[in-house]
Amino acid sequence: MNIGIIKEIKPGERRVAATPETVGKLCKLGFSVQVESGAGDGASFRDEDYQKAGAQVVSDTTALWNGSDIVLKVQPPDMHPQLGRHEAELLREKAALVSFLWPAKNRDLVDRLAARKATVLAMDLIPRITRAQKMDALSSMANIAGYRAVIEAASFFGRFFTGQVTAAGKVPPAKVLVIGAGVAGLAAIGAARGLGAIVRAFDTRPVVREQVQSMGAEFLEVELAEDGTGEGGYAREMSPAFIAAEMALFEKQAREVDIIITTALIPGRAAPQLILRSHVEQMRPGSVVVDLAAEAGGNCEVTRPGEVINHRGVTVIGYMDLPSRLAPTASTLYGNNLVHLLSDMGGAAKWQVNQQDEVVRGALVIHEGEVLGPPPKPKAPPPDQAKKPQAAPVKAVGKESKGGHEDSSVSARAQLTALLLMAAAFLGIGLFAPTAFLSHLTVFVLSCFVGWQVVWNVTPALHTPLMSVTNAISGIIIVGGMLKLSGPALAPATILAALAVLLSTINIAGGFLVTQRMLKMFRR
Amino acid sequence: MQSNLVTVSYLAAGVLFILSLGGLSTQSSARRGNAFGIVGMLLAIVATTLTAFSSSSLALESVGILAGAVAVGATIGAVVAARVAMTSMPELVAVLHSFVGAAAVLVGIASYLAPDHQLTGAEAVIHHVEIFLGVLIGAVTFTGSIIAFGKLRGTIRSRPLLIPGRHLLNLGMLVASSYLMLRFLGTEHATTELLIMTGIASVLGIHLVMAIGGADMPVVVSMLNSYSGWAAAAAGFMLSNDLLIITGALVGSSGAILSYIMCKAMNRSIWNVIFGGFGADEGAAPAKAKDAGSEQREVQSLSGEATAELMREAKSVIIIPGYGMAVAQAQYPLYEIAKLLRERGATVRFAIHPVAGRLPGHMNVLLAEAKVPYDIVLEMDEINQDFPDTDLALVIGANDIVNPSALDDPQSPIYGMPVLEVWKAKTSVVMKRSMASGYAGIDNPLFFRDNTRMLFGDAKKQVDAILTALRDTK
Repeated sequence: MNIGIIKEIKPGERRVAATPETVGKLCKLGFSVQVESGAGDGASFRDEDYQKAGAQVVSDTTALWNGSDIVLKVQPPDMHPQLGRHEAELLREKAALVSFLWPAKNRDLVDRLAARKATVLAMDLIPRITRAQKMDALSSMANIAGYRAVIEAASFFGRFFTGQVTAAGKVPPAKVLVIGAGVAGLAAIGAARGLGAIVRAFDTRPVVREQVQSMGAEFLEVELAEDGTGEGGYAREMSPAFIAAEMALFEKQAREVDIIITTALIPGRAAPQLILRSHVEQMRPGSVVVDLAAEAGGNCEVTRPGEVINHRGVTVIGYMDLPSRLAPTASTLYGNNLVHLLSDMGGAAKWQVNQQDEVVRGALVIHEGEVLGPPPKPKAPPPDQAKKPQAAPVKAVGKESKGGHEDSSVSARAQLTALLLMAAAFLGIGLFAPTAFLSHLTVFVLSCFVGWQVVWNVTPALHTPLMSVTNAISGIIIVGGMLKLSGPALAPATILAALAVLLSTINIAGGFLVTQRMLKMFRR
Repeated sequence: MQSNLVTVSYLAAGVLFILSLGGLSTQSSARRGNAFGIVGMLLAIVATTLTAFSSSSLALESVGILAGAVAVGATIGAVVAARVAMTSMPELVAVLHSFVGAAAVLVGIASYLAPDHQLTGAEAVIHHVEIFLGVLIGAVTFTGSIIAFGKLRGTIRSRPLLIPGRHLLNLGMLVASSYLMLRFLGTEHATTELLIMTGIASVLGIHLVMAIGGADMPVVVSMLNSYSGWAAAAAGFMLSNDLLIITGALVGSSGAILSYIMCKAMNRSIWNVIFGGFGADEGAAPAKAKDAGSEQREVQSLSGEATAELMREAKSVIIIPGYGMAVAQAQYPLYEIAKLLRERGATVRFAIHPVAGRLPGHMNVLLAEAKVPYDIVLEMDEINQDFPDTDLALVIGANDIVNPSALDDPQSPIYGMPVLEVWKAKTSVVMKRSMASGYAGIDNPLFFRDNTRMLFGDAKKQVDAILTALRDTK
């Protein structure tokens, strides 16, 4: 089967759907690969490198389209400026196309492709399930965008990211706020931390808190409990009360931070407006805003998609082609995503568009000319399995193991002796003691065991309150004093008893009250 | 009918006390637990008053006495509870123990002077044994607690008082008490014997606690807690009162467990602690070794500002408080520092050694007082393996619980005691008044390590200095 790698025609697009490395992998899968001459120029891959990897370089675009069973691309097909024909028409009838497609907003493109009786897989529709992670091109691109956003910010920002104390004076570290802790957000956090900035992050989904912290950023929260986890691990829209609280937080942060990177996207909707004009105007001059949601309208009110503007001293970057600005890496990752997909679909020998396969069905937009509806909903878990901070504190070896170094035979003998002594004592008591005493003894022994069991459960942090509360409880000896109060008022026994009552009351009142005071202080 | 009702109320009170202790197993249920205890206590007192009334043994004037005693006692208790500083909790607990001991002695003697009814044969003997033991335990608790109180306050020197032949002396006092018990059982009116024994037991209590060093006071306090429980249980036996027995047993076992935990945390047997002398005789040998080795070993000290600089660069910080923090009342500024660092994105946690402070859980109470959230306050077992990934360990007013010789020097008197392994952190800063040794009286090689910096001076002042330096650069 022939695979065609097409040179991208969209202005500014520097990525390519295959690198010499992935061409090698495709050849191994049994495909024969043809690459359009100059396809890798933007990403610094030369024609001869492709040739060395086993591809055939073709300079006739029309012939390449026509000769390919499967066409791999980055951008959706569009009007070809030199040939004056739409790429969808160049696609051979009944051939397959794999690329980003965005079918929801490119309805007429879908119709054009369907007319060619094509089979089309959209890389932007690969479901977000564990098995499909290796094909998840959106994640690979978001990762790059997040990194690049920090680099762009750094190039417009007039200061170091890391704080430094030099002989010539001290410079403070940059403060970066990342909004939206998806793949792009986390990549941005990582890159900014790597450069030495102080990073804070905000997200409406509480599950990402750990991920944010594991990347070394502080997780900001609003004082309002609302879970923004939507379907498939993406975010959903929040309530007005939450948004108001969120705005207040952003306004406060805007005054404090130097760089804001927004990555908030809700699938199928315009990007939420989070950074208002007034927020931008409150930022210090020289600050930078990078809006990764520019393509969907932007998270920042003043963003102009595709442009860099200066709004009252604040640089607002609205680039929509951040992955393309890191073309070699973006091409490598995207190319690998494609290789994984094609390999999962059987390679050249067992090529099959299997609609039972959840991943294939998810990405499949057109099957042999038939436009398919959206796939059945995947049963997607929240994304918290993605990245766990290393080694959450594990309860170390229990109490027993520490004391276990005594000689076991000695302790066994001691135990045996103790048991025998106890048995003898019980025997003696059973033979001679009166019944009333026995019933008290029963109560006593059982209470000892109950106390033993209950107290072991007390958390060490509460040992001081435990002491003061047992102290108060042991004031129960007041009962003894009260029972002895019955004699004549001035008899020695009565006076002693009254004194006992007095002392134990101090205990009861003091113990309980001070415990109460202590416990009130414990807070999360 | 009446007596059944009382029994049931006692049962309910007993259950409430158990629930009360059970409630302390987590912070979230602890306040409810305390409430259970209060309700149980009220129930017990009301039920007892009613019995006394219904059996009409309680004359009107006795009611007056009762009410007066309760009113005065409750007032004193409430005032003390409201005023006591959290750093003085150990003293308060100790002095409250002494009250229970004293009350047990008084109840025991009163119950001998005014017996409820005539007993004969085995019952009479058992009753007398119960009285005798109750008074004995009560008296030891009473004087022992007073001495512990004095040592904790510092009014009595915390160094152990070691009389030659002290073990023999203790034994002699026990033998004398046993002899008195035999005479007490043999005679009809043996108040004298009872009183002499009370005197001997009081001396025993004083002597026992005097021989124990200040560092072991947490164990002593929990031991005395346990004793006070047993004294109450003994009173229950002599008065045939199940509630006293139940409660006494609960308190007794609680104190016993706490002492056991403390001893485990110091890797010492309970006997070693009770028969005392630790930190005086053993301390002598390593002190000499220190003289020999001190010339080539130098500590590296630094200023509060430099500490702040280190903190600013640290991504993860663990703070290890000890008794020094309590003495200096440094917990408030310390938490301010922790907050500042957390705002900067650093992970800040507190590590608590089981025997830090002068009372089990003392550090937790102090940190809670400063409003440190309890989920960043971790126990030794939870946090010890995190030190290698930590940039900065800040030791404030602690010494023996961070001593590496407990792990690597078999000659050390604290060898085998689990300690917080702060030296595994990238840098550790030790805040200390001077180079003096800790309560165990032994040298600490931690101070001489390459990655250790000493911050000398009053803990409060130094913490304030760090805080100011951190704020300035914000």
